[in-house]
Amino acid sequence: MPTIKVPPVLRPQTDGEAEVSVDGGTVGDALRALADKHPGTRDQLFSPEGDLNRYVNVYLNDEDVRVLSGLDTSASEADTVVILPAMAGGS
Amino acid sequence: MATETLEQIKERIKQVSPQETKAALESGRAVLIDTRDAVNRQDARIEGDHYAPAGQGANEAHSEEFAQRVEEATGDRETPVILYCGAGNRSAVAADVLEKEHGFKDVASMKGGLTLWEIQNLPVVIPEGMSPEQRNRYSRHTLLPEVGVEGQLKMLNAKVLLIGAGGLGAPAALYLAAAGIGTIGLVDDDEVDESNLQRQVIHNTERVGQPKTESARKTIEALNPDVDVVEHRTRLDASNVLEIIGDYDLIVDGADNFPTRYLLNDASVRLRKPVVSASILAFDGQVSTFVPFEGPCYRCLYPTPPPAELAPSCGAAGVLGVMAGVMGLLQANEVIKLAAGIGEPLIGRLLLYDSLGTRFTELKVRRDPECPICGPAAAEIPESELGKFPDYELFCAQ
Repeated sequence: MPTIKVPPVLRPQTDGEAEVSVDGGTVGDALRALADKHPGTRDQLFSPEGDLNRYVNVYLNDEDVRVLSGLDTSASEADTVVILPAMAGGS
Repeated sequence: MATETLEQIKERIKQVSPQETKAALESGRAVLIDTRDAVNRQDARIEGDHYAPAGQGANEAHSEEFAQRVEEATGDRETPVILYCGAGNRSAVAADVLEKEHGFKDVASMKGGLTLWEIQNLPVVIPEGMSPEQRNRYSRHTLLPEVGVEGQLKMLNAKVLLIGAGGLGAPAALYLAAAGIGTIGLVDDDEVDESNLQRQVIHNTERVGQPKTESARKTIEALNPDVDVVEHRTRLDASNVLEIIGDYDLIVDGADNFPTRYLLNDASVRLRKPVVSASILAFDGQVSTFVPFEGPCYRCLYPTPPPAELAPSCGAAGVLGVMAGVMGLLQANEVIKLAAGIGEPLIGRLLLYDSLGTRFTELKVRRDPECPICGPAAAEIPESELGKFPDYELFCAQ
């Protein structure tokens, strides 16, 4: 069961949880499991067609899944899936 | 075994005269090493030398670190090396140690040291460009072998532009000014508000209502008169970005909205200006360094901005005051490394900081081969299109 690190901006949808353990053989499975567990995250992660939204970066440990196998990247118990949104604040 | 005297050591080791040293250096036959303390090196040194301090009485010459520093200059332990110091004593002991304990095959000490060299009217390099006051002010920098006078002069000659004199810009500007960055430009059209003072520590209560660039300039001038502050009381847009950033060597992105960040990215890639970019919100921060074509650009990392509900501004969601300090100073750290040419900047690395857990996470950022701005197939876009997305409606997360 990989761990998903939830960014602060999504934590209201996960009842404040910063780390969520989910079932998942792949990164896609893990994120879909998260969306099943916390439906408020679904629209923010996935498009209506079920693809990952372009503005959401997802990392398996420290590597962007875009350079791995995307949502099909394997995610094991020892892995961490990091959801990373862009932040604009600087003031 | 009785302790050897200095004379006995000098009898045994090879000593060369200043003239012989000069000839060896010019012909490339030997590598010259200065073994003095950093503070002496600031006054005068021999051109073409390398630096490996041997410590008081050469007591640090016994360390492997010393041997490695010498080997960094020579490449191996066979190349002829000549050591020098002020008077030829420390270098003699260090030469002996280098031979007996570290296995260097061809070591000599310059007889009479730099003192004799100068008496014989041989040329020395005196670091120019720093007044006695500056030597004192920046002494804690120049004492660091990695920085030295050379690194400090690079900082004094650097021109750094800060986008935003607010949360990130304030601490970054303060420490860059303290460090002696010679020219600091500030882009901000806002005025100081009391709610800024929880984190924008370059301003203060007396400055409420004043333009932020003016307030920042006053603080910087009082801190370090060496710094030339250039105020740009405006917002960056496609019509002015290239002109404004063109005068600077390095840029600090402390903007508070996506349109400015993307605009800055597109323009800085066009002009090949490195950007140190950070962002903060609530208890979290991100920082990375974008050097065009050497590493990824902002668009490689974030090809598309998120919708407003996923990117609130600090004004809407709040931010812990110290977050501005932590991330702004990490930006300043990056600028100093780039300006002085030291260390390893965050190129291709995104550093995340969570202040509630006091945890850092590092993620890899790679160049996107399909990046419309810095990818190999990227077409040059007209100035009016800088920062824009043809298929996406821009918004402002205010």
